[in-house]
Parts: sequence; structure tokens; C-alpha cells
Amino acid sequence: MASVCFYFQVHQPYRLRNYTIFNTDSSYFDDDKNAQICRKVANKCYLPANSLISDLIKKYNGRFKVSYSITGVLLEQLETYAPEVLASFQELAATGCVEFLAETYYHGLSFLYSHNEFIEQIEAHKRTIQRLFVQTPRVFRNTELIYNNQLAELIDRIGGFDVILAEGADHVLGYRSPNFVYSPPKCKHLKLLLKNYRLSDDIAFRFSNRGWSQWPLNADKFAGWVNAVNGCGFVVNLFMDYETFGEHQWEDTGIFNFLRHLPAEILKYPDNNFKTPSEAAAAYDAVDIIDVPYTISWADIERDLSAWLGNPMQHNALAELYRLEEAVKQTKNKDIIRDWRKLQISDHFYYMCTKWFADGDVHKYFNPYDSPYDSYINFMNVLDNLDSRCNGKLIEREDISIDSNKNVLYPV
Amino acid sequence: MKVFMLGWEFPPFISGGLGTACYGLTKAISKLGTEIVFVLPRAAQSSHSSHVKMLSAEGYIKTEELSDFQNVRFKAIVSPLRPYIPSQVHGGSEDRRKNNLFSTWHNNPSEHTQIYSHDIYEQVCRYARKAAEIASIEDFDVIHAHDWMTYPAGVEVAHLSGKPLVVHVHSTEFDRSGEHINQAIYDIERHGMHAAERIIAVSNYTKNIIVNRYGISPDKVEVVYNGVESNNGTPIQRLPNKSDKIVLFLGRITMQKGPEYFIAAAKKVLEKINNVKFIMAGEGDMTHRMIEYAAWLGIGHKVFFTRFLRGADVDRAYQMADLYVMPSVSEPFGIAPLEAIKHGVPVLISKQSGIAETLKNALKVDFWDIDQMANKMVAVLKYSPLSRTLSEYGNIETGKFRWEDSAAKVNKIYKEMLACTPVRI
Repeated sequence: MASVCFYFQVHQPYRLRNYTIFNTDSSYFDDDKNAQICRKVANKCYLPANSLISDLIKKYNGRFKVSYSITGVLLEQLETYAPEVLASFQELAATGCVEFLAETYYHGLSFLYSHNEFIEQIEAHKRTIQRLFVQTPRVFRNTELIYNNQLAELIDRIGGFDVILAEGADHVLGYRSPNFVYSPPKCKHLKLLLKNYRLSDDIAFRFSNRGWSQWPLNADKFAGWVNAVNGCGFVVNLFMDYETFGEHQWEDTGIFNFLRHLPAEILKYPDNNFKTPSEAAAAYDAVDIIDVPYTISWADIERDLSAWLGNPMQHNALAELYRLEEAVKQTKNKDIIRDWRKLQISDHFYYMCTKWFADGDVHKYFNPYDSPYDSYINFMNVLDNLDSRCNGKLIEREDISIDSNKNVLYPV
Repeated sequence: MKVFMLGWEFPPFISGGLGTACYGLTKAISKLGTEIVFVLPRAAQSSHSSHVKMLSAEGYIKTEELSDFQNVRFKAIVSPLRPYIPSQVHGGSEDRRKNNLFSTWHNNPSEHTQIYSHDIYEQVCRYARKAAEIASIEDFDVIHAHDWMTYPAGVEVAHLSGKPLVVHVHSTEFDRSGEHINQAIYDIERHGMHAAERIIAVSNYTKNIIVNRYGISPDKVEVVYNGVESNNGTPIQRLPNKSDKIVLFLGRITMQKGPEYFIAAAKKVLEKINNVKFIMAGEGDMTHRMIEYAAWLGIGHKVFFTRFLRGADVDRAYQMADLYVMPSVSEPFGIAPLEAIKHGVPVLISKQSGIAETLKNALKVDFWDIDQMANKMVAVLKYSPLSRTLSEYGNIETGKFRWEDSAAKVNKIYKEMLACTPVRI
């Protein structure tokens, strides 16, 4: 029996506008650009891919299933800039063949810096999923599949989750296969689904690479690889960015056709099926404990945090951002808190990555800045302004409380 | 392989990057076993009356470095040539500008005791004639001419000897003078580039100018980046415990180098940060105007003019600096930013430069974009991780600018030229 478990990450950040140290206003984000990119990706990916998934669900009468993790910040943008995309996700939700996962609302790194903020954001995301899709997520995935033992313990403490998704990194699995269900050391009723990065990346990264020995990849060949798992695994976790379909791999590469034909090819083998993460975790027992003392992620070949925390600028920007948490929350000012949270979006720190800077590659593709230095400068200028706004508000509030004290002491 | 090389400055007699480049390149080519006869103009000394002077390498090279230059022989032509004509901004009519230009040339401060009455073009022609004389008694395979003053000599020698000529473009008239080019110099450059078999440009930025402004086919132009001498693991020295941050401009204070943009940005920076000083190290025809400009903006007490710096003083300036800025309007390459990085100083460079196209760990800005220039200056002074990352990663990156690599590329060009030169019967 081989179950294919699809999880698609759906996310677009709020990109910052060009903000110099001489700017004093509090509009930090490039609304035009964000709207433009949101609509572009909607047309190239979200709309055609959703329509295809919907067709496949109908065609296979409930035997084809997928799951999505859609970030809060994208859901907001879709509501504003592309409501038809949101509607099509809602239609998918209504089919009963689509599971929606929970994550931090702002697709941030709060797990590493503030557990309070982390918990608040998961709650916020959960509420949004409930409101929009009438589902209560039971599966958690952290930003960029950032994971370690502590994360599992925290999710266990928060409660309400059965499954966590993580990267099937070689250095964590060792000789073991990602095609089984595992569990974390101290929370045995939680289950772990680990990404089969080889098969996932065959679609997400290598699909259109003509230098790849397996190019061109068709559904028939891929289904053969999946089927080969039979006998030494139960579940093939295909985790990838949803933008793979039509945005990272353009339509003319044949990516949509590949997806269109994949279910038939997979289901051609009678032992195979499709499962959502919850179903997969319910169907199979954990075969072993996976101990992850060090933090892993799904990024780059290192599968660690170095894409967001690889140089002094990234460390500094994140530390300064979370240092403001208390002050930001004390202001009780909705705009300030919201702006601060939008600054947590992990993309801001990804843009500051110097790792592959010299070669320029995948990071460059996603990067609106000319250099990591420019992105750091821009971010820090914004943060500097947010800091002043906080101080301003806090002083104001102090004034008010002093005034109100006066009133008590010297009643008119 | 023997190369007849025509240059016009060499350490210690230098006024800019050209001499540094010729020094590094010659040394590295020599190490590859290629022999070089290096012909240079040299300012006349009153005791010498002969026009051509034979020189041993000792005249140019420190004794301890002689072994690095064992394949190089130097030949000096007595001449008042100076590579950089200070641009004239206050010029009136074309004729007066021309006269001013030459009088400034001849009144070069370091040589004010010598008076030249010759027209500069006459000097260039004379250099060409003398170089041809030297060439007639030398044996060589290729001719390599550095920048416009030596192009006529290169063309002349190539014509007489039938050997292939490569011209090496370290800067063009458009870099030095913007759109108000000196037509005569442009003509010399253009003629040299068209007469040459191959052209070496110090950057793609310069290659584009050569292709677009001089009508040269892109196939003929090869880009060879300059190198920078490695500091051989000597630790970076910084001058500690300054109460003020220091932003450094180091270069000729001329239109090409964009000094006014530096000062305008300084004015904006001072609106945000007070404990910062701006140092302008260098000399040029715009020095006085820049002093007045800083005073006029009310930041005269924050902008310091050191005038021309040499040797240890240059090192000291780098050691004090928290940021080096190169706001050049047009910079063919830009060795100075690499020198700054070697001293552990973060750099902010104009996008209108050759170095900006290849140096990753630097902040970049359009020279005219004062707001961004000031923004980035403030960022370096305010956010210390930025400065740390720039200097740390920048220092590693300077390792990729090796004269050995440049020399290997040049040597390859020599060989290609020889391979396709028709044999003269």
C-alpha cells in the first residue's frame, strides 16, 4: 500500500516599499507591487491549479485528495486583490477531499524567538481557517518546515493537533525512510509526516531542468517511482510550494498536464491511494521515534536555518524585531501591532541571505532587492520608524494615565 | 613571448589608478615568463638633455621587488606627459578652455618649476616618434599600449614593425569629461581602438562605452578586470577609539569622481547623525569649489580636506574610516574600493563603475541619487552588523581580484593575436 500525501504551501509576503532613513510616514508596504504580484500569481498558478484540482477531485470521485497550508497574510491579500481565488479555495474545501493545515499566521520565525507570539499566531490562523473554510485544522506545519523536538513539545502543549509536518532530512533520518509515519520523542500521540524530498523536488525543482537525466518527467514515470515504495513504506509525502504549478514551473513546461495525468497513473496500481495528512497519520502507526535536537527546515541543501539566520545582519534584524515585542504589545495600538507582525514574515530575512549571493540562484529569483545589504537597510529603516512610533504611543499613554491620576487627586 | 609595452605612469610616479594597474599587471605578466620592454615618459630633469634614457629597473622598482620584475626592462622617454588633464569647469569659449586646459596641465603643482611650451599633442607625437626609435632596436612579438596618450605610439610601432597591437582601455574621454569631451583626445582614442587588433577593457561598463561610443565591434573587445595586491594575511589595522564616525572620499576631486554628490549626501546624513565627519582626501580642479560648497551648505566644520595624500597617510586614512564612498560619475574600474575593503572598510560605490558590476559585497547607488547615498551612509554608521558583514565578506571577496588571473587572460590574448597574425613577406 502506498499513499500519496500532497501538501501545498501557499504564500505571498507583504513586500516592503523602498523606505529610507529619511522617511517618516508609517506606510511600509508596497501595496501596488503586492497587488500586482498577487494577481499575477493568481492568474498563472492559483486559479488554473485550483480549477485542475477541482476537476480531478470530481473525476476521481473522492479518491484524489490534497492538503493546503495557506498563510494568513496571503489569505488577506487574496480577499483584497483576488477574491475569486479565495472563493475557489472555499469550493475545494467543500468537496471534503481537501485538508487545510495550521501555521503561524504571518509565516514567521516566532517559534525561534517568542513562544507567546508563536501561540497567538497559530490561534489567529486557526480562527481564520475556521472562518473561511469551515474546518478546524488538526495538522500543524511550521514556517518553512522549521522543526525540532522542542517544537513538537510546544505543539503538544498547545493541544488540538495530531500531526506535524517536517522535512525528511537525511541527517535526521539516517538509514530510515521518509515513507513511514514517525513520532517525536516525548509526545508519542503526535505523529510526524516527513517530506520525501527526492520525489517532491523532482516535481518542484527538477521538472523542467533539461540537464536532468530524467527529463522529461511524465506522470507515468513518476507513478512508477512512487509505486516502487510499495514494500518498504506506506506514505509518500510530496510537500511543495503551490506556486510550483504555473509560477516556478511555467505552464509551457507541461507541469499542469503532469498533474492532470498523475492521479490516473498512481491509481493504476490497485494498492495505491491518495490521503490527506490527517488520514495518513490515522491510517498508519508510528514505526519509530525521530529525535531532532537541532533545528531543521526544508530550505536549501543544508536543510537548516542558514537561509534566515546565516549572517550577522539576519541575526540582528530578527533580534531587534522581537526585542520590540513587549513595547509593541503595550501600545495596544492595532496598527502598530499589525505592522510589527507583518515585519515578521520570514521572506524579509530570506532576502538578507548572503549564502548563495555570490552565485546568484534560487534566492535571487525570489528576491525583490539587488542585494542582501539593501534588504537589510530597508528593513532596519522601517523597524527604526516602528520603534519611534512605539515610543511615541507609550509616552502618549503615560501622559494620559498621569492626567487621569490628576483627575482623581484633584477632582474638579 | 616578448611584449613592447607603452605606458605613461608607473609607481612611484603616479597620479591615479593607471600606474597601480600597470605595476600589478606587468609584475604578474613577468612572472608568467613573458618578457616586457616597458616604455615610459619621464619628466625631464634639468641635468639631462638626452631625450631617451635607458633605465634599469632600479629606477622604478624597490630593490626587494626586483626579482618579481626580472623579465621587465624599462625605457624612459623624457617628456612632460601627465595622464589626467584636470577638467575645466569655468571655461569660457572653446579656445580659452583649450588654453586653460593646457596651462593647467603645464602648471601641475608637483612640477611647477618646469615650464613646457609644447602643445600636448606635439608631446604625444614626440612620444610616438621616440617609442618608434626604441622599437626599431628592440625585438618583440606584440605591442601593448595603455590608454590614449600611448595609442599613437602603439599605432606607429605597429605600422613600422608589422606586429599586432592591443590597446588597453583604462579610461575613456567620456569617463573623464562626461558629454563635454575633448574632440582631439576622442579622435586619438578612436583611431587607436580601430587600428588595434584587439582591445582590452577594464570592465563591461567600459566595454559598452567602447562599443557604443567608438563604434567598435563587441567581438574585438575583451574584458580583463584589474587585480588588487593581496595583503598576504597581514591583520587589518584599525585606528580605535574615535569619538566620531568617519566617512572617507579618496580620489581626485574632479567632475569624474562626483565630489559634489558626496558633499550633498553628507549634508543629508548630518540631519540624522551628528557625530560623523567627512574626509575628502585628494586634489583636483574642483577642490576649492568643494570647500566653498561645504561651507555654503553650513557643514564646513564637518567636512575636512586633506589635499593630496601619499603612502602611509593613505593607509592611515583608510584605517580611520568607517565607510569609504566612491560617488564617481563614471569609473571604468575602481581599484580604490578594493583597497578600502582590504583595510576592513565597508564601501559604498556608484553603479556607474566597472567594479560595481562584479563586486558583490558593497553597497551600490546611482551617483546622482543623493537620497539613497545618504540613506546607505546612515545605515552603515547606524547598524553595526551591516558594516561588519560588508567588511568581513568583502575582504574574502577581494581574493577573487588577482593580478595573476588578469595576467593569464592578457597572455592568452597575446597568443591569440599571434596565432591569427598573417605572416609578412
